[in-house]
Amino acid sequence: MTRLFTSSFSHIILFIGISIMVVPVWMIFASSTHTSSFIYSHGLQFFIGDSFHENYLRVLLYQGGFFKEITALKMFFNSFIMATGVALLSVFTSLMAAYALVYYRTKYATFLFWLIFVTILVPLELRIFPTYSVMAKLNLVNSYFGLIVPISASAIATLFFRQFYRTVPDELLESAKLDGANTWRFFIDFLVPLSKTMIIAMFIFMFVFGYNQYLWPLLVTSSEQYWTVVMGLKMMSGSIVHRFAFVMMSMVPPVLIIIILQKHFIKGVFQDK
Amino acid sequence: MSFLDLKNITKIYPNGTKAVHETSLSIDEGEFMVFVGPSGCGKSTLLRMVAGLEEITEGEITLDGNLINEVDPSERDIAMVFQNYALYPHMNVYNNLAYGLKNRGIDKQAIEQKVNDAAKLLQISDYLQRKPSMLSGGQRQRVAMGRAIVRNPKIFLFDEPLSNLDAKLRIQMRLEIKKLQQKVGVTSIFVTHDQTEAMTLADKLAVINNGVIEQLSTPIEIYNNPKSLFVAGFIGSPQMNFMEGELKNKTLSAEGFEIKNVKSDYNGEVTLGIRPEHLSQSDNGLINLTVDLVEQLGSDNLVYGQLKDKKDFCYRCPGNLTIKKGSKLSLNIDNDNYFIFDKSSGKRVN
Ligand SMILES: Nc1ncnc2c1ncn2[C@@H]1O[C@H](COP(=O)(O)OP(=O)(O)OP(=O)(O)O)[C@@H](O)[C@H]1O
Ligand SMILES: [Mg+2]
Repeated sequence: MTRLFTSSFSHIILFIGISIMVVPVWMIFASSTHTSSFIYSHGLQFFIGDSFHENYLRVLLYQGGFFKEITALKMFFNSFIMATGVALLSVFTSLMAAYALVYYRTKYATFLFWLIFVTILVPLELRIFPTYSVMAKLNLVNSYFGLIVPISASAIATLFFRQFYRTVPDELLESAKLDGANTWRFFIDFLVPLSKTMIIAMFIFMFVFGYNQYLWPLLVTSSEQYWTVVMGLKMMSGSIVHRFAFVMMSMVPPVLIIIILQKHFIKGVFQDK
Repeated sequence: MSFLDLKNITKIYPNGTKAVHETSLSIDEGEFMVFVGPSGCGKSTLLRMVAGLEEITEGEITLDGNLINEVDPSERDIAMVFQNYALYPHMNVYNNLAYGLKNRGIDKQAIEQKVNDAAKLLQISDYLQRKPSMLSGGQRQRVAMGRAIVRNPKIFLFDEPLSNLDAKLRIQMRLEIKKLQQKVGVTSIFVTHDQTEAMTLADKLAVINNGVIEQLSTPIEIYNNPKSLFVAGFIGSPQMNFMEGELKNKTLSAEGFEIKNVKSDYNGEVTLGIRPEHLSQSDNGLINLTVDLVEQLGSDNLVYGQLKDKKDFCYRCPGNLTIKKGSKLSLNIDNDNYFIFDKSSGKRVN
């Protein structure tokens, strides 16, 4: 009896929690499928209307910005390039950095590690003007390279990979060496597959991080051609339903990435252990 | 020149620990060498220097006529079986065996052939598609062996590979390793701190203490003729009995008895060693034992008791003798089977 009570009680709590998170999103979605005059006169809607196609197509293809040079479609493309670039580059550099820190036992490895770690305390926002001036001098303003590279060195990911590598037993390296593996092969054949789940987790994390960037893209792009989705949220003009539609669509890429990779992520966790 | 030669090898770890002192030894092709000694005596260090996993502070190692001091482990053509096996957790058994071959650029078909042959030899053919985590301890042990065998290396190195197995499996694997080594005929070095394992496996046995080889010989020679107090105490189970005494003009006097006509010209304080199995009961024996405890092993009885001076003493007798707790035995040493060591240096003097 009490068991039934506590279990239904916890279900109610969970249900309330989920509702608090989901209902607003749902209402934005439902509202984005009505005409804007309907929303103005009747307020936010809970049920789906019949202007879905019309609204979403218009948002995707509408030429926005001051110079009417950019569409939402192009922004999605830009954001996707940027987020993927940041995720790939930061996972790659952190993997390599952690490998060097753990396996090349120089005297200064610990010192170097803490030096990298300290950069967590100096986020991009703090050093944004020097970073900008470097990019400007290198002529990398208004380019994907300029969008991606300055935010792609991740101390956190390096920390995670380093801690993981330190748990890999030394015998594995020794055994691999005796089996004829050089340093490079050990990295490719052992550390990368062994840290597969962590690589995927870091990829998701860094993808979302890259996708959510606002201040840096705002600063480093003056051409509308390089606007990203998150910038678009602020810059896009239009009626309320179109903004709602844009908000809804802006959530799709990160959610999609998580859904797709989550499968591998869980698979990896259960197979390899 | 032998197949593997260690010349004046010294190892000092960066923190100053001197793990191996000026050790020399040579191993012939096809020989099964065992390093035995207490924990921390430097067995693993010596083995790992042969493998190239530890830098050699001083001295030279030659393998098959080539100096290998500076040769990278990946190029030494040596295979090693680790205590915890160090199987590759993300590869199935087949790939565990094949990995070393792939790195040598052997073509796919030859690899398959070799892996299947090795798997058959070790009876692991049924598990080739499994990951190591899905194998029992004994099966993992076989995979580790297979990974060494499949490459047909110049030398096998084993670092206490049996210590993670239960007692029964240990004995079984011990036998199999010996058989396998005889079949494959590869020169091997086996490290253990278990003297039974050492005695049963070795063609040649190196007893190591504090980074120095105390004695290097065949197991039976070491058992029959230990050169030092340490070797005498380490080899043999149950352990040899030791007593303090004094040697003067070929007469040894210990607590409660004397031995005359000792074959030694040494004079001074000595330690007398007698193996439990080299004693028998007789009237008016030299040694008087008060029995505390009898362990019946079936074939033998191990009789533990005390001498007059309350020193612990062990006597091994045939299992068909009945000996009661508290009884007094009178024992004689069989055929002058006793060992006398200089008390201060531990060197054998008779
Ligand atoms: N990396 C190291 N740095 C410093 N000292 C070490 C290192 N490895 C081993 N030693 C020391 O060297 C000595 C010999 O160690 P070794 O591992 O060779 O012993 P062992 O005979 O294999 O012992 P066991 O039977 O316990 O494995 C020990 O005193 C040990 O503390
Ligand atoms: Mg050891």
